[in-house]
Amino acid sequence: MSTSTQTAAVAAPGEAPAKLRRWHKKPPLSEGARAERRLGFLLCAPAIIVMVLVAAYPICYAVYLSLQKYNLAFPNAVKFVGLSNYGAVLSSPYWWQALKVTVIITVFSVLFELIFGMVLAEVMFRTIFGRGFMRTIALIPYGIVTVAAAYGWLYAWSPNEGYLSALFNNSAPLTSTVPSLAIIILAEVWKTTPFMALLLLSGLAQVPGDLEKAAKVDGATWWQRFTRITLPLIKPAILVALLFRSADAFRIFDNIYVLTDGGHNTYSVSILGYDNLFSALNLGIGSAISILIFICVAIMAGVFIWGFGVKAPGADLAK
Amino acid sequence: MAITTRQKAGWGAANTVTLVVIAIPLLWIVSLSFKTPAAITDPSFWPAQWTWGNYSGILTSATFVRPLFNSIGIGLIATFVAVVFASMAAYAVARLTMPGKRLLVAGALLISIFPQISLVTPLYNIERSIGLFDTWPGLIIPYIAFGLPMAVYILAAFFQQIPWQLEKAAKVDGATPWQAFTKVIAPLAAPGMVTSAILVFMFCWNEFLFAISLTSTIGARTAPAALAFFSGSSQFTTPTGPIAAAAVVITIPIIIFVSVFQRRIVSGLTSGAVKG
Repeated sequence: MSTSTQTAAVAAPGEAPAKLRRWHKKPPLSEGARAERRLGFLLCAPAIIVMVLVAAYPICYAVYLSLQKYNLAFPNAVKFVGLSNYGAVLSSPYWWQALKVTVIITVFSVLFELIFGMVLAEVMFRTIFGRGFMRTIALIPYGIVTVAAAYGWLYAWSPNEGYLSALFNNSAPLTSTVPSLAIIILAEVWKTTPFMALLLLSGLAQVPGDLEKAAKVDGATWWQRFTRITLPLIKPAILVALLFRSADAFRIFDNIYVLTDGGHNTYSVSILGYDNLFSALNLGIGSAISILIFICVAIMAGVFIWGFGVKAPGADLAK
Repeated sequence: MAITTRQKAGWGAANTVTLVVIAIPLLWIVSLSFKTPAAITDPSFWPAQWTWGNYSGILTSATFVRPLFNSIGIGLIATFVAVVFASMAAYAVARLTMPGKRLLVAGALLISIFPQISLVTPLYNIERSIGLFDTWPGLIIPYIAFGLPMAVYILAAFFQQIPWQLEKAAKVDGATPWQAFTKVIAPLAAPGMVTSAILVFMFCWNEFLFAISLTSTIGARTAPAALAFFSGSSQFTTPTGPIAAAAVVITIPIIIFVSVFQRRIVSGLTSGAVKG
């Protein structure tokens, strides 16, 4: 910076003001710096192009579609209808039911994942037998194809077929709302607790062991050490894990598709959007739902980042 | 610090509980896949009679073999392209002085929390009009976009830990920035690239929503999507056994991955996402 001020000061006396301004705006780049910039842009270009093509452009196109009356069954009757698709969605009980179901699933599954993830992280971090083996085992639910696991749960809870249904007097829990939601949450929690645990594990690994030892010497109980030392120190890791998992839980689709296909009022917003496209063939309404879901996730991320002060992951990468 | 018997028992119990909770749902699918069609309606945990019939059935039927092939091909291509693009971008983010880095990182973060359903409707319409619907590229391109953010994070974090004096030394010796990248840094970065490749491939392997929305035949449908379209050998038999067998088949690569690359997966998942 000091060089540019100097240049400006030197240039000031005899130069025209316009030229001065230009000098001020663009500190002269050396040949090397310019080459570096050019390489940087070239290296980023493919990634940016793909992300724009697949995400930025379609989301803009979805905004456009959401303002049209557009049903694939009547492809010639496309017309601009303003915000009336949004009005239709927001005044529909289906949207609010879907939002309620999605919020319930998100809150409960993330809550349970946090609790069990903490336990699993402690096991993976501190266990005295087979630490590597335990980590490998814990990764399997994370890696398993969601749909494959979901079929396992579906058959396990089917009356006359499943061991879990048999265990509960041959019940058929997937035929009513609350038990279905409980099973959907169970399937989510089983599958994603390891992911939560891994994010928390990286926080645990950063807690200085000396602090724990000192507290132990001073007679702190296990619970005191956990709540007074571990928790405050891994708070940033917890918040990042919550952000990622909440955003992920909110878009839940696979488990519901397999377990209930949205029946018995268990459809999430993603299932609703999917059905509007592929069953109702309604692109306009489907797009309005898509945009509303996008807004919900954006608000959620905003609350985490600005409300709770989550340091956006990668912020320190860009320095 | 000596380990007391009580501690041993405590951790032994904790390990066992963890193991059982994770293993039972997996063993149940394995058990189902070995049950005969008649025994499916027997809710006992293990089959009374074991059969390979479900496996031989799905592995000789195009409705599963072709999607399995699609899954492997689409996954490998998308992973390869995503990791190459991500390495280039991550190198720029980690190493070069240039404006707009924050924008790139913010964009990547946005995509990693993006609700895919928001893109299904527009992508469905776009892909139908440009002829990408129900083709490999029609799935590969979105998979690249959604695999990129993860790969960029992992690789940028990884690149920051590389001893950069080596790059300077190469430049002093007359290498251009491009040569310094391909000849010096890329080989050092290979472990990070392997890590991100595994995670991106696992994402592609797992993906379901795009796979059922952007395909309509087994020409491009991937294995998870094919599971949802299985039907029984006759209309009176449920496809439970074949679905369970297919679920086991698509789980085997995952189990191999996590066994061989456990350390890499753990470090990859935690390196990009959480720092401080």
